Amino acid sequence: MTARILTWWTILRICVEERIVYRGDFALGTLMRFLPIITQIFLWTAVFTAAGTGSIKGYTRNEMVAYYLLAMLARAFSSMPGLASGITLQIRNGEIKKFLIQPIDLITFLLLSRIAHKLVYYLVAAAPFAFVFFLCRDFFSGWPDPGVIAAFVISLVLGFLLGFFLEATIGMIGFWFLEVSSLLFIYMLFNFFFSGHMFPLDILPEPWFTLVDYLPLKYLAYFPAAIFLGKVSGPDLVHGLLVETAWVAFFMISARVAMKKGFNRYSGYGG
Amino acid sequence: MQRETTTTGHDELRRQSRLHSWAKYLQVFGTFARNSLIRDMTFRVDFIIQLISSTSFVIMNLGFYLLIYQYTNSIAGWSQFEFFVFIATTMLVNSMVQAFFMPNVQEFSELIRTGNLDFALLKPIDTQFLISLQKVSWPSLGNFGVALILLFYSLGHLSDGAPSWAGMLLYPVYVLAGASILYSVMIALAATSIWLGRNQSLYDFWFYITNFSRYPMGIYDGRWGTPMRQVFTFVIPILIVINVPAGILAKPLDPAYWKLALFAVAATVVSFWASRLVFQKALRSYRSASS
Repeated sequence: MTARILTWWTILRICVEERIVYRGDFALGTLMRFLPIITQIFLWTAVFTAAGTGSIKGYTRNEMVAYYLLAMLARAFSSMPGLASGITLQIRNGEIKKFLIQPIDLITFLLLSRIAHKLVYYLVAAAPFAFVFFLCRDFFSGWPDPGVIAAFVISLVLGFLLGFFLEATIGMIGFWFLEVSSLLFIYMLFNFFFSGHMFPLDILPEPWFTLVDYLPLKYLAYFPAAIFLGKVSGPDLVHGLLVETAWVAFFMISARVAMKKGFNRYSGYGG
Repeated sequence: MQRETTTTGHDELRRQSRLHSWAKYLQVFGTFARNSLIRDMTFRVDFIIQLISSTSFVIMNLGFYLLIYQYTNSIAGWSQFEFFVFIATTMLVNSMVQAFFMPNVQEFSELIRTGNLDFALLKPIDTQFLISLQKVSWPSLGNFGVALILLFYSLGHLSDGAPSWAGMLLYPVYVLAGASILYSVMIALAATSIWLGRNQSLYDFWFYITNFSRYPMGIYDGRWGTPMRQVFTFVIPILIVINVPAGILAKPLDPAYWKLALFAVAATVVSFWASRLVFQKALRSYRSASS
């Protein structure tokens, strides 16, 4: 057990060091990622001005802007750039073989390196995020209850796990298809629109909202933001967190099953 | 007398050779386009998948605005179908930029980093022409077709009646001008990678900059919005790229867009000229890395 923890610790440390190399580029990139928010603020201001009503489906303009900022924060946890495509690339060029030989579990390794990646990201991105949230503080109507904040944090962590296992599962499909870039594009597309990254999902008319409500994608951006803004509370909140946990468990198992089946299928192509 | 004839003879010769070189460049571009088409057609399924995926992105994006128009009648003075003309214009310009310039300019940074720009410099042809148009990404033109359908459909639903003749005649010209402005910004940005060594986040930066141009300029209003609008109209003229052609077509009665249209002519010429200047200046600093 100690040996295993030591292995994990080493992997984590190496991955952290690897990520720190490009910190300057990283901080700038994070700040730039907020630029689209500026246009969203202007767009929604124009929409609210033209609509003439103070709120749209329960969102005031300020809440709408706050929503985009919070969704962005949620995405910082749940988005997994390069995870699925990295797995398929390793399958294609044969690098995956090393996980068959070495006593390291592929999924654990990926999870650790992703945690390292995210930790460094938060370390570097904390300053730009804090700066932007400080600039935009007027869009928020104060801090929510500690209970809400706790639920928010839990949903962020669950969002990270869900994003990871969901994308890992998609990556494992590479054992069957080798090239999954078009599949990934479709996933990204759905993710972009139905995770709540593009707009708060509850402004969707029926039956769309009910449909999207059943998908696991909403936990990646919409759900945490909705918790923070108090759109989901009480039994709904508990129910939502439980369903999210179930989704995490589901994808955790499916990623592992897909990996096992994939390894059995794998015929070791590539150098 | 004698001298004069020689001069006119010279001029005639120069004029002919210029004509000749125009024809030559057109011919070279034809070859580039044909080669790219052959390459794209080699991977036909991939081609079709790319077409489908870029079209579905557009459709989802349209869905987003349909959603917004559920809650309002206008965005900064643009009614739903006027705004769909605007979106169609965005798609037309972007698909042209993506088909003709995007793959090349992305490759340009890579050419600099690897030192392979040497080979482009050695060719007896204008370097900017060569590196800007070498490849044509045909699948990107799929959105061009979708945009045309959307454009004609939306024009038929405009509440203020049909667009004016002047608007319809000038629209294609301004769409081309818009693409040219975006190209100028892009090539100037890319040229900076000669100085910076590498420019990996070029595409990101490009996306964020042009993101501003995808909305009616009227939304940029107020204490922060107005100066922003002015900067992106008069300093880096990316706001007129879509707003001018879409405005003269969908809102022919609004004189503001005609005034901007006049300015757009100057802006197109000046940006192209300035970007060429930047490009050539940057090229002089090229040190041919690692070859």
